[in-house]
Amino acid sequence: MDSAALADIVGNALGGPVEIRGLVRLSGGASRQTFSFDAAHDDGVEELILRRAPDGLGDAVGATMLLEADLMREAARVGVPVPEVLAASAESEQLGAPYVVMRRVAGETIARKILRDEQYADVRPKLAAQCGEILGNLHQMDLSVLPAAPDSYQLDGLRAILDGSGVVSPMLELALRWLEQHRPPSTRTSVVHGDFRHGNFIIGTDELRAVLDWELAHRGDPMEDLGWLCTRAWRFGGKGPVGGFGEYDDLFAGYEKTSGIAVDHDVVKWWELLGTVKWGVICVVQANRHLSGSQKSVELAAIGRRLAEQEYDVLNLLEELTS
Amino acid sequence: MTDSRYPSAADLAKAVEGFMREELMPALEGRLQFQTLVAANVMAILGRELTDGPAAAVDHADRLASLGIADDEALVAAIRDGDMDGRMGELLTALRPSVEANLKIANPKHLAPREG
Repeated sequence: MDSAALADIVGNALGGPVEIRGLVRLSGGASRQTFSFDAAHDDGVEELILRRAPDGLGDAVGATMLLEADLMREAARVGVPVPEVLAASAESEQLGAPYVVMRRVAGETIARKILRDEQYADVRPKLAAQCGEILGNLHQMDLSVLPAAPDSYQLDGLRAILDGSGVVSPMLELALRWLEQHRPPSTRTSVVHGDFRHGNFIIGTDELRAVLDWELAHRGDPMEDLGWLCTRAWRFGGKGPVGGFGEYDDLFAGYEKTSGIAVDHDVVKWWELLGTVKWGVICVVQANRHLSGSQKSVELAAIGRRLAEQEYDVLNLLEELTS
Repeated sequence: MTDSRYPSAADLAKAVEGFMREELMPALEGRLQFQTLVAANVMAILGRELTDGPAAAVDHADRLASLGIADDEALVAAIRDGDMDGRMGELLTALRPSVEANLKIANPKHLAPREG
């Protein structure tokens, strides 16, 4: 990557020349690369993050990269903690791929540390309520930021993916049947974050400091975000149904505080079951990437066996919901 | 079939798992160390499936038979067609041991509903 071009981009955003230091790659997913770096100027040093599409994906993801930046700006406007966006482009000419440059937020993203390390003992009991407050604000984002594109990981889409995979799972089938027969009436359509859970939170010792990864945002029923946060897979073995750190009542009270909207626990449970099915379908899809030969990986193969965890969680949820 | 002349397939899987955990992993770092941990966990699944899988499959088939269902494909089709709509509770109770048996093979740690 061209660090002179990066210096130009950051210099333009900050209004003066900068020197790029300590550029390191933090992670590289299939659709995004993340780099950490510092930009030094006459008055100090700015701690920054670069999100960039992998080479060759430029044309495919340029628009979604800009959309992510727009979503983060709109989220900030309604009071959702997000990294401040300094620059974004759908074009590949400057950095070889579309990008977003944002401020680096200090804190931890690794669930096991947040849920177990002593230094987060004080923040843990506050997180469920704060997540509720954040989602209450998030669901007031201006819908016009998002195109009205369909999300394939909704109920009908999950069934279609499962059918296409050839996997036969009585538990997932029972869950799909129950979900279809108990669809809650959608009361609102809002911006849904789509992946509001551990790994996409930067958490400090005092509070949740930033919500990351807006790649899966879509229009939908806002209760989807609450249910997804409560699926057992995202609790990482921690205590408490909300993210492994808190209770439903705290999440719902926080939500009501900022949105003025009372949460119907039954509707959140419906979305929690849907989220568990979605996890199961993701296990199937990941395993099939390996089994089909498109991406040989022991990790993807192993994820396929995690379907057994989702089937067990589905069983417990269905017993709870039908008792 | 087990044959006491040879180490069983499960014994072999366990040996490979131990080699990965105790010898390979300490010698590796980063991505390869993580992938080796995943591979060792896969060997553990293999060992449990070789030991417990055959009986679990027989037990599951017996449970389906006692429900009057031929196999998983038939069960899924019946659920989809609505033929099982009044029998949700019965199915959950009957199939719990099968779901738990599969989980004990895949990841026994997940059985506990919450960590203390």
